[in-house]
Amino acid sequence: MALITPLKTAAEQQLVEQFASIKAELPGAGAMRKLREEAFAGFETKGLPHRRLESWRYTDLRNLVREAMPLARRPARPQAVTDRLALQTIAGTRYVTIDGIFSPGDSDLAGIPPGVSVRGLAEAMTEAPDAIAAAFALPEVARDDSALMLNTAFAQDGIVVEIAPGTEVAQPIVLLSLGSGASEAAIVSRSLVKIGAGAKVTIVELHEGVGAAPVQLNHATAFIIGDGAEVEHVRMVTRQRAETVQVQSLLADLGAHVSFDSVAVAVNCGVLRQQSFLRYGGEHSRAALRGINLLRKQEHSDVTLVMDHAAAHGESRELFKTIVEGEGTGVFQGKVIVRQHSQKVDGSMKSHALLLNDGATMFNKPELEIFADDVVCGHGATVAQIDGDQLFYLMARGLPRPQAEALVLAAFVGEVSDMVSDEGVREIVSREIDCWLGQRDGAPKPGAA
Amino acid sequence: MAAVQETIDQVKSIDVTEYKYGFVTEIEMDKPAKGLTEDTVRYISARKNEPEWMLEWRLDAFRRWKTMTEPTWSRVNYPPINYQDIYYYAAPKSGASPQSLDEVDPAILETYKKLGIPLREQEILAGVAPENRVAVDAVFDSVSVVTTFKKELAQAGVIFCSISDAIQEHPELVRKYLATVVPVTDNYFATLNCAVFTDGSFVYIPKGVRCPMELSTYFRINEQNTGQFERTLIIADEGSYVSYLEGCTAPKRDENQLHAAVVELIALDDAEIKYSTVQNWYPGDAEGKGGIYNFVTKRGDCRGKNSKISWTQVETGSAITWKYPSCILRGDGSRGEFYSIAVSNGAQQVDSGTKMLHLGKNTTSKIIAKGIAAGKSDSTYRGMVSAHRKATNARNFTNCDSLLIGDQCGAHTIPYIEAKTATAVFEHEATTSKIGEDQMFYCQQRGLSEEEAVALIVNGFVKEVLQQLPMEFAVEAQKLITISLEGSVG
Repeated sequence: MALITPLKTAAEQQLVEQFASIKAELPGAGAMRKLREEAFAGFETKGLPHRRLESWRYTDLRNLVREAMPLARRPARPQAVTDRLALQTIAGTRYVTIDGIFSPGDSDLAGIPPGVSVRGLAEAMTEAPDAIAAAFALPEVARDDSALMLNTAFAQDGIVVEIAPGTEVAQPIVLLSLGSGASEAAIVSRSLVKIGAGAKVTIVELHEGVGAAPVQLNHATAFIIGDGAEVEHVRMVTRQRAETVQVQSLLADLGAHVSFDSVAVAVNCGVLRQQSFLRYGGEHSRAALRGINLLRKQEHSDVTLVMDHAAAHGESRELFKTIVEGEGTGVFQGKVIVRQHSQKVDGSMKSHALLLNDGATMFNKPELEIFADDVVCGHGATVAQIDGDQLFYLMARGLPRPQAEALVLAAFVGEVSDMVSDEGVREIVSREIDCWLGQRDGAPKPGAA
Repeated sequence: MAAVQETIDQVKSIDVTEYKYGFVTEIEMDKPAKGLTEDTVRYISARKNEPEWMLEWRLDAFRRWKTMTEPTWSRVNYPPINYQDIYYYAAPKSGASPQSLDEVDPAILETYKKLGIPLREQEILAGVAPENRVAVDAVFDSVSVVTTFKKELAQAGVIFCSISDAIQEHPELVRKYLATVVPVTDNYFATLNCAVFTDGSFVYIPKGVRCPMELSTYFRINEQNTGQFERTLIIADEGSYVSYLEGCTAPKRDENQLHAAVVELIALDDAEIKYSTVQNWYPGDAEGKGGIYNFVTKRGDCRGKNSKISWTQVETGSAITWKYPSCILRGDGSRGEFYSIAVSNGAQQVDSGTKMLHLGKNTTSKIIAKGIAAGKSDSTYRGMVSAHRKATNARNFTNCDSLLIGDQCGAHTIPYIEAKTATAVFEHEATTSKIGEDQMFYCQQRGLSEEEAVALIVNGFVKEVLQQLPMEFAVEAQKLITISLEGSVG
């Protein structure tokens, strides 16, 4: 059997040239540089992820990225960015990246809570390349992912947050990453969040685009969570240009007795791939990944997650709600792996989707991969339209159809948004959902009965 | 408690480390040289006196096969298969196309007697109500030995014969329908089958006929180093009904043997086909030595409106099972069903499931899959449910449950659920667990031993599927499940 080497696409060829010309300028010497080169070599053999790869079956990046945009430079600040920064939407301290580049001037560096340290990734890479290179290590189940290889190779900046053991951070730490949209660019960034044992914190990531130019965005946030820590994570991807192609990766390494709750919200997300790789390194940890995807027009949201139960007594909960209208495409690919010695694992994975019209598409692939016998694992997936009985019930009580539909839809996704425990954050999430529902054709106007 | 006692007796009466059907029949066989070349294809075609178009069709498939590569996406591991080290044809030397049972080699008849398959019509008749009779097509390695009740079936207009006979006697039907459900280049093993298929059954039920008896085929691999490439084609014309059963066994051998079958079902308007399989190929020993590699492509096409195809399978044998009986729901209002029990023990690997492709309006499908893994085995359910844009009001319900017995085995579920129309309603649920401690406690507290309790609970777990099997098969299948799980407790 002849080994077939596929020809590189134009975009892949451009990436090769880009890396060759820019690698010397990327921050981090020594181990970091070596890591980037290895990662890029890995990418070169694999190429951009495409639909023949099982984990990228429904999001063909090779097809979506026809041309590699140039890596973002520190932008001249457009007015739109300044205007957005003037809005402080969530109570808490805020740290800003613009086009993936840390912007200390816009960040609450003076207000960093005690026990917390925040700095730019580029700075950290320059100061301690070895330590950052170590923190860049990918979990076993994510090592084959060429989008992450690309992220490792090109990540030019991001935010490093460290929480000292035992620290309880009262207010959310908000990581705001704005796409300036000043020009077409590739934004490649990574944030590292290291949470010490017994600490308690809420981390909110907001990814917003403000400008007119579409971008290619590849961001990863890596959590390393110490024993007994309690972490809440919320990620919202909003206000993206329709042509923006985005990969958001969540990596989390959980110690023992950890509690990790994550809610991912995608509204007006362009073409978005959200991939999460969680590894249970210690026993008795619980994690919940939940999400809301509201899609219309040609929007595409692919939620792919791998829960790797490498330790016993783990608990995992996944619940994803997707509403698709127009020509949108929703994807859910979940995989729960229970390793041989990870007994007493309790896993439950659910994906529910509502398709509002013909032309809307939903792909569900909830997988279980189980090698231990004493486990309770289940998954459920449903696809349907709005329940006629529910509509009838509301309309029989005098609600016009649009209101009745809005109510049913709000309740459908509300199950997830209600799980955000921080009130301020929950409010922002609800507002985004209401706003999207309000933009539906025939939706009730604000203030209508 | 009668049912429980029956199970216990069943367990006791069978020496479980023995694969019951593992004997070998010593018989002189006619074989071409080992390996696969164009000459092998020509040899098979010539042996079967096939018309020119059939040979050309085979050769074309063979040429295409040479350009293909073996699929690797399934969750099974096996050493590379040397396709040149297999006999592609093996027929008993005596009795080429016997006209009656008297011409069949007594050794073969003895084999079927041992297997408990009635080939003499008068034996079947004794004490059996006419509606409970079963017509059998017995396939021994590469040839069909005998087909019973042919005459009686012909009176009803039903054609039931081996596919080789059908190519001779009903070429127009074969040409019209062959490879219209599973295209020649569908997959590696299907294409291989097209090139070298030997025997299998052909069934045609004319318009409006309800087949007067159950039809069945019994496949037996006997010869060493041979592959069996069966080909089955079932056509149910408008408004007809047929229930078809399939059983399979093979001798115990240390080396692996290949079985690559293609089964095509076609249901026209308002027709119904019920296809049941009890697959009990030799699974290999506890360490994974020997056993059959079962790479099978089974697909049904609900071509007509309001047609129905129902697959029921009990998978207990084979070292490797790679099998996805599927339904293409093309006709408006058509229905597809899939009921499966896959039991694996020892070092068996099962990767099985189904595809329900909703193309027509108001189509419905139901999938019930139960996997039981014990020993060091791996059991995977892989299924796809999809609704085309025009498949308005498509409905699916899927339930796949896995039961794990022991901590060395694995159970996996990989479902694909793809909806492209808003009016589709798809529900999928799956669970994986071990036998509940409370269930065990309840049974043991009432005096059952651990093994009896497991047998009872497992019977309950798979009952939903067993109910779908025709009566005589259900009993057999239940026995098989008890045997397969023997030795897995403790």
